[in-house]
Amino acid sequence: MGPMDTAVAPAVLVDEVLAVRELRKVYGGAPVVDGLSFSIRRGECYALLGPNGAGKTTTLRCCLGLTQPDGGTIHLVGEPVPREARRARIRVGVVPQIDNLDPDFTVTENLVVYGRYYGLGDVEMRDRLPRLLEFASLGHKKDARISELSGGMKRRLTLARSLVNDPDLIFMDEPTTGLDPQARHLIWERLKALLARGKTILLTTHFMDEAERLAHRLAVIDHGRMIAQGEPRELIRAYIEPQVLEVYGDGAGDWAQRVGRSLVSRLEVTGETVFCYATDSSRALQALELQPGLRYLHRPANLEDLFLKLTGREMRDES
Amino acid sequence: MSANTASPSAPYSAWSLPRLSWRFVPVWRRNFLVWRKLFVERLLTNVVEPLLTIAAFGYGLGSLLPEIDGVSYLQFLASGSIAMSVMYSAKFESLWGAFSRMQIQKTWDAILHTPLAVDDVLLGELVWAASKATFTALCILLMIWLLGIAREPLSLLVLPASFFIALVFAAMALIVNAVARSYDLLSNYFTVVVMPLVFLSGVYFPLSQLPDWLRAVAEWLPMTAAVNLVRPLALGRWPEHLLRDVVLLGIWGAACFAIALALTRRRLLK
Repeated sequence: MGPMDTAVAPAVLVDEVLAVRELRKVYGGAPVVDGLSFSIRRGECYALLGPNGAGKTTTLRCCLGLTQPDGGTIHLVGEPVPREARRARIRVGVVPQIDNLDPDFTVTENLVVYGRYYGLGDVEMRDRLPRLLEFASLGHKKDARISELSGGMKRRLTLARSLVNDPDLIFMDEPTTGLDPQARHLIWERLKALLARGKTILLTTHFMDEAERLAHRLAVIDHGRMIAQGEPRELIRAYIEPQVLEVYGDGAGDWAQRVGRSLVSRLEVTGETVFCYATDSSRALQALELQPGLRYLHRPANLEDLFLKLTGREMRDES
Repeated sequence: MSANTASPSAPYSAWSLPRLSWRFVPVWRRNFLVWRKLFVERLLTNVVEPLLTIAAFGYGLGSLLPEIDGVSYLQFLASGSIAMSVMYSAKFESLWGAFSRMQIQKTWDAILHTPLAVDDVLLGELVWAASKATFTALCILLMIWLLGIAREPLSLLVLPASFFIALVFAAMALIVNAVARSYDLLSNYFTVVVMPLVFLSGVYFPLSQLPDWLRAVAEWLPMTAAVNLVRPLALGRWPEHLLRDVVLLGIWGAACFAIALALTRRRLLK
């Protein structure tokens, strides 16, 4: 009533599938998520990037209503969370970081049993099964036990399981961690197919190439705060010089200090490798031709450069 | 839509009242499907273990012992051992079964990503453990009928009584499950808490054999009430203090479930 009501801006825009405002979560006095705000539009793939312990998983748990925030508001598919989290989860799918398929069940049973949690009857599931199995390319394995599946097959089944309720939004927490390159490409291709069908994806990942390929927009978060947000190409353009030279071999550091420093705009050293960032790298390339003992890689700037610049190069322990 | 977002949501408490609903059914069905797939191997433990108890103690030791309360020791033990087996079955399922689903297989995590809540998962586990224990009771009852130890129509009431009793012991075990970090605590709980409960319950010998102070304690324990309910029913008689035993078990069960739920919420929703 009164001024309170009229002063409040609409909390949810029509095309926002997830809206997070000023989210805070504190564990033992230390903020893990510290005033994080972002929103995801219908049909986009939005990636959360950040080092271990940056607050990605806590953010996902808050959004699903599994962790009580200490501050801020969350709207998931239009429902306020955590209050209406159960109602919201009816229209959301989740691919967890660690596979938690039912080892006692076959591929088909895993899907049917999971559908029941959404109130889907066995008759309805029988209609949906062929498409889910086809999507996961597991038609030939439909009666196989989980222990007979490869890592990639398990991930695809987990992906198919997250789709049993035909969700609007799918949470994917590091969907390709631990997979071999072929299996990763297959998952990426499946995720693109989902996006083409109009699904919305919230992705967390350690793999910069994954985010660069899939994400329409991404946020780099660290210490529970957002450091940068935008389209991958735009962000790289905004923060990083377009050309990168990775120089390694005996004397790379020495060369960088004596010669390289004056030829490029920025230098960073990680282990034995010197990263040279430049708008025009031709002079540095010429200088390197005169150093047969050094090896180098010349490439355009990528998301990894951005990530390392924003979050630093020191190792983070697993939290 | 905008009005309610301005006000902070009600403070969350792990100790808020259980929200019970029929959403627990898919959790029950999941466990039932696993059980059905492993039916044959499990059936053996259900039948062989109580059969051994009855054979060794009932026929062997029992032939040396006098009658108790007007029945042979075999009848005394067999009828009492239904309550014991029901409790063991409920405990086992709510300790090792639930713990492996929660902690090892992460099945509960997967379920909590769907519209189900911790309350639904725990209620599903509780009712499932009680269902399985009732099946155990049925197996022993059939044996008691077949061996001719007792054959009274009233003994059919052992089944609903067993279901009720199993709910209580499953709820108690789910408290331990909620705080366990490894299988070790489950074993310790079994040895330190469950076994003494059995010896104090009157399964193997009448409570009148206990010193007065210990007997006074034993009379308030749920296992004692369980034996007091099931033994006469199995032998075709009405329990002497039906209402008292039912109320006592009901209080134990409700309190234990509320505690188990709060501790499980605290563990999983942190």
